[in-house]
Amino acid sequence: MAEFWNRFKNDRLAMGVSFFLLMVISLAILAPLLAPYDPTAQNIINKFQGPSLTHWFGTDQLGRDVLSRILYGGRITILVSVLTMVVTILIGTVLGVIAGYFRGWVDDVIMRICDIMLSFPSEVLILAIVGILGMGITNIVLATVIAKWAWYVRMIRSIVIAFMDSNYIRFAKVAGCSTWHIVRKHLLVGAIGEIAVLATLDTAAIILNISALSFLGLGVQPPTAEWGMMLNEAKNVMTTNPGQMLAPGMAIFMVVAAFNFLGDSIQVALNPKINKGFSTKRYSLFSALFGRRKKAVTQ
Amino acid sequence: MAKLLEIKDLEKSYLKVGVNFSGSRVKILNGVNLTIEAGTCVGLIGESGSGKSTLARLIMGLEKPDRGSILFEGLPAKQWIKNNKGKMSVVFQDYMASVNPRYTVVEAIAEPLYASGAGKDVDRHIEKLLVKVGLEQAIKNRYPHELSGGQLQRVCIARAIATNPRFIVLDEAISSLDVSVQSQILKLLHQLRVEMNITYLFVAHDLQAVSHLCNKILFLYQGKIVEELQSGELAMAKNQYAKDLLASVIPFEV
Amino acid sequence: MRVLLDVRNLTVTDLRDQDEIIHDVSFSVAENSCLGIVGESGSGKSMITRALLGITNPWLKSQGAAVFKSQDSERDLLREDENSMREIRGKQIAMILQDAMSAFDPIAKIGDQMVETFVENKNLSKKQSLALAKEALGLMNIHDPKQVVKKYPHQLSGGMLQRCMIATALAMEPDLIIADEPTTALDSINQGQVVEEFKMIRQKMGTALIFISHDLGVVKYLSDRLLVMKDGAAVEYGDAGDIFRNPQHAYTKYLIDTRLELTESFKKAMRKGDHNG
Repeated sequence: MAEFWNRFKNDRLAMGVSFFLLMVISLAILAPLLAPYDPTAQNIINKFQGPSLTHWFGTDQLGRDVLSRILYGGRITILVSVLTMVVTILIGTVLGVIAGYFRGWVDDVIMRICDIMLSFPSEVLILAIVGILGMGITNIVLATVIAKWAWYVRMIRSIVIAFMDSNYIRFAKVAGCSTWHIVRKHLLVGAIGEIAVLATLDTAAIILNISALSFLGLGVQPPTAEWGMMLNEAKNVMTTNPGQMLAPGMAIFMVVAAFNFLGDSIQVALNPKINKGFSTKRYSLFSALFGRRKKAVTQ
Repeated sequence: MAKLLEIKDLEKSYLKVGVNFSGSRVKILNGVNLTIEAGTCVGLIGESGSGKSTLARLIMGLEKPDRGSILFEGLPAKQWIKNNKGKMSVVFQDYMASVNPRYTVVEAIAEPLYASGAGKDVDRHIEKLLVKVGLEQAIKNRYPHELSGGQLQRVCIARAIATNPRFIVLDEAISSLDVSVQSQILKLLHQLRVEMNITYLFVAHDLQAVSHLCNKILFLYQGKIVEELQSGELAMAKNQYAKDLLASVIPFEV
Repeated sequence: MRVLLDVRNLTVTDLRDQDEIIHDVSFSVAENSCLGIVGESGSGKSMITRALLGITNPWLKSQGAAVFKSQDSERDLLREDENSMREIRGKQIAMILQDAMSAFDPIAKIGDQMVETFVENKNLSKKQSLALAKEALGLMNIHDPKQVVKKYPHQLSGGMLQRCMIATALAMEPDLIIADEPTTALDSINQGQVVEEFKMIRQKMGTALIFISHDLGVVKYLSDRLLVMKDGAAVEYGDAGDIFRNPQHAYTKYLIDTRLELTESFKKAMRKGDHNG
């Protein structure tokens, strides 16, 4: 773990995006203190103002302060995405570990249910669930969790199975260690890194997903500020005031990109071989030694 | 001598990889019978693919047999382990993969101790164990990748004997080590067996090492035990496979 | 006998921390002879051959001289550039690795890999190459070369793959074969067979051999000369018979003693049988 931190600390991109994300999250949490205006207070006379000292990001079609709306919108977008991610990963970890550890019929049952879930395209599934349950942010979270958990169970199960094949787990079983001990001390400790990668990369996907649904008008309802929702409203005035897309669009783009970079960095810090510049596939040694496939010769 | 382990008509097969739906299976073990008396060392020899690792896993209760019985003093392996926590143990060939890279030497050795409920005075006990297997106290807080192969295998042995086991499976325990280290580890294993009265099942492919440590040697070939010899009477092998194997040993005379 | 490879004062330094991995090692290999290199893991015995073939990691620097005298030319392996080293590797010096399983490309058939190698390096047609591959496999006492060339690496045992690798190396007709722990990963029964193949190579082909192993038994069976390595330095070098009979260095004695100990009870058991039978 210490080595992981060392590598992570030396990765400038990783530190940069971590700092950025921390900043974004604290800004979102502190929004009520920081926001200069009420995000829902309308002032029609002041609509479509450009950036100025009083309104840093300008105002929108109803004269609301865009900066305040971005700050408040971040609260919903990020917190809801993180919540959704935590719930899916929890379900995925519990079921994935059970399936991967016990195998046999338990595994069969869980995996067949996952297969059924995975046979629906997730976007259609989400739309259908929202259609049944009605619009609103809670329903979107619920729909996303229902559509995604099966995929996580699969991923985490395969991670667990790789660990189950290791001799230290065999030893622990023979020595009479309890199942809970093996899961906690070996499986979870071992898999936590890979799960963290999954989780960070997934948060980015969920932010996009929730923004997309809000953009379609299925998620957050006006006048609540939310980034996707703001894009939706900006879309209506796109031809006259295209600048309105800029602030929410950039906010989504930067946060999603930051989560993706963070995920990649964690992965590299966990397994530095991924980032070794040239591929050191071992069978290329055969080529190197016998001159087979000249292009493949690298060192 | 009292029988510790008795295996009767053991069969095990696996589904062929890649043809899950055809239902065709590969027979790994095809009617294995063997007994291990308490306090002896039994060598199980065979080439890769002969099923010796599968047999070892079945004995340790890590997998279920298709047919036949494996009984420790009349109990199935899993039940026996539950009733006798820490009384069975194992040392693997691949020492690097048999300790969790995230834990130090002390943590690795302490694991079976805590599992069997011997939670008192663990530190002193581990110090004694390290002395027993010929390791310095200084390595206590090191991680596996900071140790040499021989040292790490000694850690694995210390961990295996930590709970005073009655039965240890040595699954190719010395095959990955340098020859010079092999003979040291063999000496250590022999010494521990005498001191602690442990029963060994020594799975290996190297006849020289097996004959060094074992009282009885079983030859496993194509899922069956084809020859059973006392280690002193190796030259009396009748089975052709056993003879071939004996002949393949490269002699070393000075 | 003509000297084929003459290594003088080979030193390998890790440029990252200026650590000397190989200190000042000198040896030579004559035509049609076998040099055994023994040592425990980490003694630097594999590093020597990697340095000679120029396949070390980029942060390692080799100094000294390694003069390789083939029929028509004389070259210092440590001073050749990558392109001419590629010419030498495989054609004039072939290498056989411990882990045959990972040396072959797992997604191509053995025969195709051998054919590709021959087409590229020996300017043969595909048909001729395939014939050569089968012939080479036949030489390795593989009973059914026609079937073996159609197999993928995972379908063959470790011993079989190792023999395929030796066959490939042999068919290239190199002047020198370097075998780096070729028997370590094998079962004893396969070990015995592969060692016999090497013996055969020496007797029939006249190829010079550098045989690296941690097992003195195998080395003694094959080598004329012996180099004992410890911590990157040569502790003893000379005629193999002399060294085994009368080891000068304590470390060599230790290696021989531990090996004898291992084999002792086996020999006793077999001898007992001789008396009885």
